[in-house]
Amino acid sequence: MSTADATVDEDVEVRGPQMDVLRRFIAGDLAELRVLLALALIWIVFYIAEPRFMSSVNLSNLVLQMTAVGLVSIGIVHVLLLGEIDLSVGAVSGLCASIMAVLSVKHGWSPYLAIAAAVAAGAAIGLFQGSVFTRFAVPSFVVTLAGLLAWPGAQLKVLGETGTINLNDPKILGLTGTFYSDTVGWIMAFVAIAAYAAITLRSRQSRASQGLSTPPFGLVVGRIVLVAVATLIAVWVLNDDRGVPLAALILVGFCLMFFYMTTRTTFGRHIFAVGGNAEAARRAGINVNRVRVIVFVLASTMAAIGGIMAASRLLAVNQSSGAGDFLLLAIAGPVIAGTSLFGGRGSVWHALLGALVITSISNGMDLLALDTSVKFIVTGAVLLLAVVIDAIARRQRQAAGRV
Amino acid sequence: MNANGSAPVLSLKGVSKSFGPVQALSDVDFDVHSGEVVALVGDNGAGKSTLVKTIAGIHSPDSGTISFEGQDVHITNPADAVDLGIATVYQDLALCDNLDVVENLFLGREERSGGPVGVVAPLDEVGMEKQTGELLENLAVTITDVRAEVGTMSGGQRQQVAIARSLLGEPKLVMLDEPTAALGVRQTAQVLALVKRLRERGYGVVVISHNLADVFEVADRIYVLRLGREAGDFKAGEASQEEVVGAITGAGASGNGGGKR
Repeated sequence: MSTADATVDEDVEVRGPQMDVLRRFIAGDLAELRVLLALALIWIVFYIAEPRFMSSVNLSNLVLQMTAVGLVSIGIVHVLLLGEIDLSVGAVSGLCASIMAVLSVKHGWSPYLAIAAAVAAGAAIGLFQGSVFTRFAVPSFVVTLAGLLAWPGAQLKVLGETGTINLNDPKILGLTGTFYSDTVGWIMAFVAIAAYAAITLRSRQSRASQGLSTPPFGLVVGRIVLVAVATLIAVWVLNDDRGVPLAALILVGFCLMFFYMTTRTTFGRHIFAVGGNAEAARRAGINVNRVRVIVFVLASTMAAIGGIMAASRLLAVNQSSGAGDFLLLAIAGPVIAGTSLFGGRGSVWHALLGALVITSISNGMDLLALDTSVKFIVTGAVLLLAVVIDAIARRQRQAAGRV
Repeated sequence: MNANGSAPVLSLKGVSKSFGPVQALSDVDFDVHSGEVVALVGDNGAGKSTLVKTIAGIHSPDSGTISFEGQDVHITNPADAVDLGIATVYQDLALCDNLDVVENLFLGREERSGGPVGVVAPLDEVGMEKQTGELLENLAVTITDVRAEVGTMSGGQRQQVAIARSLLGEPKLVMLDEPTAALGVRQTAQVLALVKRLRERGYGVVVISHNLADVFEVADRIYVLRLGREAGDFKAGEASQEEVVGAITGAGASGNGGGKR
């Protein structure tokens, strides 16, 4: 049956519920499985080329490296879900990190106030960009492109003549320099696994009690086991080095928070609706522009938080903070992991998964001491490949759905 | 329950509407009763869509009165119409292809379960899915998986989802704009069966259609517009297809209630 055929006489009634669960599992989860396989392949290749890649020290470093870009990507996922783009997140991260550094080092503000001011500045920038985008119906691409050009100028102003500010506040440096003891790491792992298992099983139970279809019990248990094994291995590797870093908890914590928001709340539902069909959302009574502005505020706020983490890790802020490929990696990550550029499809976890893939490639090539030129070309090729695979998969999914 | 004898749920008297020099509706009288399917037919540009949009609150009439359930009402925007109990399903359906049936049905009126208050309260997915299942079963709509994305469904199923969604607001009157356009034979039959069930449940139903075969199958009354004027108001059982076509094109005699030229 051809995919161009918009109306088909046969309906999809022949499938049983079991088939549908299986089909959804394949259509929904296989995309992520594909990325996980690609990640495994990347790791194997780098391991063969340089065994130190899989050492616990390097894998711990990998986690620390991916934190900043992963946090920025969380905001980007929301923007992509709307079918929009935010090109200013790199510049915003640099500006906000600079604001924090100046307030902390030059003005002696408490670290909490300095961080709060930087985050508030990010939110204000998002409010401004989102308002211009919705009020004047300027494409988000152009509004944020203007931000990409303008905010680095503001960053130079904020930093002043010195250009580089070395951070010295232990609280700010501790954001990426804190590691938990082995025992605390294990306790957190088991609490997380128990919570995941409890939530998953309870959700299945409440569906069953209302007579709704439930996923096969084996599948549910399989997922819990998979999550448990992955968590335990991660904690084991991290404990083998310095322990579970606070930075990883911050990244996972934000992912959990926004995952809940996008999938379990009315507002999250409205983000998907606006991204899928803005006109339908408007007619359903959703304030489309309000959703858009809030998402742009979220994106800039997450950019500020990512910038703060990057500054903490580099122990300094300078004129090129947030510049270079930081922005494009933050956008490429979720896209590689399967979030659609056309809106309405994606997951907050793609921010984490994408950051892991992108950072693995960059980290591995650093270990192999490859030239920057090679790094850029390889990263670009991976992004292109991921987008092409996603486009093919989407076409297949549509074909399968229509027949 | 039938149209005969009871007061109409919706009644338009002498409604006119012009867009600049174009007279889209001239002195139109139009009634719909509960438990009645009225087919609204006419050639392109006859004023069908203008009439429906006037009732739905997208256009305001220049003159004339609209009464709903016996009360004179002023419908100035779509929200007014919805609040009165007038649901409209437009041809483009306004569904989100990336959302599933439950999500589309409850879009803009999501239900939250208890727990934390306000915006952070979790959606009551189980409750909404259960209600969706009951509503579809009630309407005898067969959709195997209410968690399948609407974008993967056939045109007939999408139309049925859109109609089911319009019923969640508990309307008195449902208006369907070309519900069988671009559907295959079997899907058309499904949608028409659903329209008949709406009548059985006592809704007033207005169906815009170009397809006279569909109209004769499902309608109790056929209301013909021609050049913005009423050109015929036929009882479906008493009119022939030729008479209706004649009224649409202006070639033949007008129907029993019509001919106000």
